[in-house]
Amino acid sequence: MITLTIDGVRVQAEEGETVLEVAKKAGVRIPTLCYLEGLSPRGACRLCLVEVRNWGGRLVPSCATPVQEGMDVVANSPRLKELRRTILEMLFAERNHICAFCVSNGHCELQDLAMELGMDHVRLPYRWPLLPLDLSHAKYGLDHNRCVLCGRCVEACSEVEGAMTLGFSGRGVFTLVEADLGDPWGKSPTCTGCGKCVQGCPTGALFEKGKATSEQVKRPQILAEVTERRPRA
Amino acid sequence: MRKLRVATVWFSGCSGCHMSFLDLDERLLEFAERAELVFSPIVDVKEFPEDVDVVLIEGAVGNTAHLRELLEIRTKAKILVAFGDCAVTGNVPSLRNPLPREEVLATVYGTVDPPGLEEGEVPKFLPQALPLHAVVPVDYFLPGCPPSAERIWKFLRPVLLGQRPELSGADIKLG
Repeated sequence: MITLTIDGVRVQAEEGETVLEVAKKAGVRIPTLCYLEGLSPRGACRLCLVEVRNWGGRLVPSCATPVQEGMDVVANSPRLKELRRTILEMLFAERNHICAFCVSNGHCELQDLAMELGMDHVRLPYRWPLLPLDLSHAKYGLDHNRCVLCGRCVEACSEVEGAMTLGFSGRGVFTLVEADLGDPWGKSPTCTGCGKCVQGCPTGALFEKGKATSEQVKRPQILAEVTERRPRA
Repeated sequence: MRKLRVATVWFSGCSGCHMSFLDLDERLLEFAERAELVFSPIVDVKEFPEDVDVVLIEGAVGNTAHLRELLEIRTKAKILVAFGDCAVTGNVPSLRNPLPREEVLATVYGTVDPPGLEEGEVPKFLPQALPLHAVVPVDYFLPGCPPSAERIWKFLRPVLLGQRPELSGADIKLG
């Protein structure tokens, strides 16, 4: 067993557990976006950053940081609140997230985080990039305007479904989630049409066609449900 | 007691926020007791008056008239409120922002330079629809598309009583 401190409370953890998992068990809320139970942690969104006081106040993504003996973790503080809000504002400013116009309005993790983190406006200048829409798939749509590049769809496709249809192209803010080698998703010979990517998507970037906003409720937890039932090596 | 001088303004938006304001219903009576509506789309006053205590501005800054008026309003109003998502984020009017202004004009009017639209009395279309705080300092943000009457009242009532409004959680939900 490992003993560490989270927000001043001493907690015990198993070796190999992450700071986020241990915080969750201890009832300490840490906001997350790219993290999803059932998928490998990526540390892509940085919203789950915590401060490790006895590592010189270093900031680490709690979802991808294994616990260590004697760690003194700050999970919630005015500094972290401000950092997390700024990170969230960067996500909003990077693409065209227009909640009123979105099919996931009311069922969106990005929108929920804005409420949780007190984001009543975006202080950074918006980029308003011109981005394409891929509606070639028979059942699903992909709107790059609403994508936060969390990678949950890419991991669901490779780690859970094993199809490896979805991947990233480009770099930085120009990164795009693409099917196969950038062909229209509907033409993909590898996509099984399982929809795990859609269920895992935290925003309206991936959505089911023919479903109205009120019906567009996703079940990201199915990825963990599926993987938990699998026999372990 | 001196009544608070309140104004409301309608820029590039659908007037939904003003409809929501009217949905205050019986609360409008309490509003009228404590405040005077000195300028608004629903008040027949043409010039934005001096010494306004609170102004609620609906809509994004979409054309040169909005830009000019916003700069003038900022000098005349003590508390400026971004009223609704269009004023807070650009929202639906900002859907055109990734496209060049000329392409939008050509698509809608069939010409990049529609007669009358770009000169004289008709204000010029800005290259992008901007949230208010991209142009002037904003004192409060009241998101929502539209913000519900309940949310507006939660914000407005403390203002009428001279207190600081504090919205959080579900009351700052965008969309």
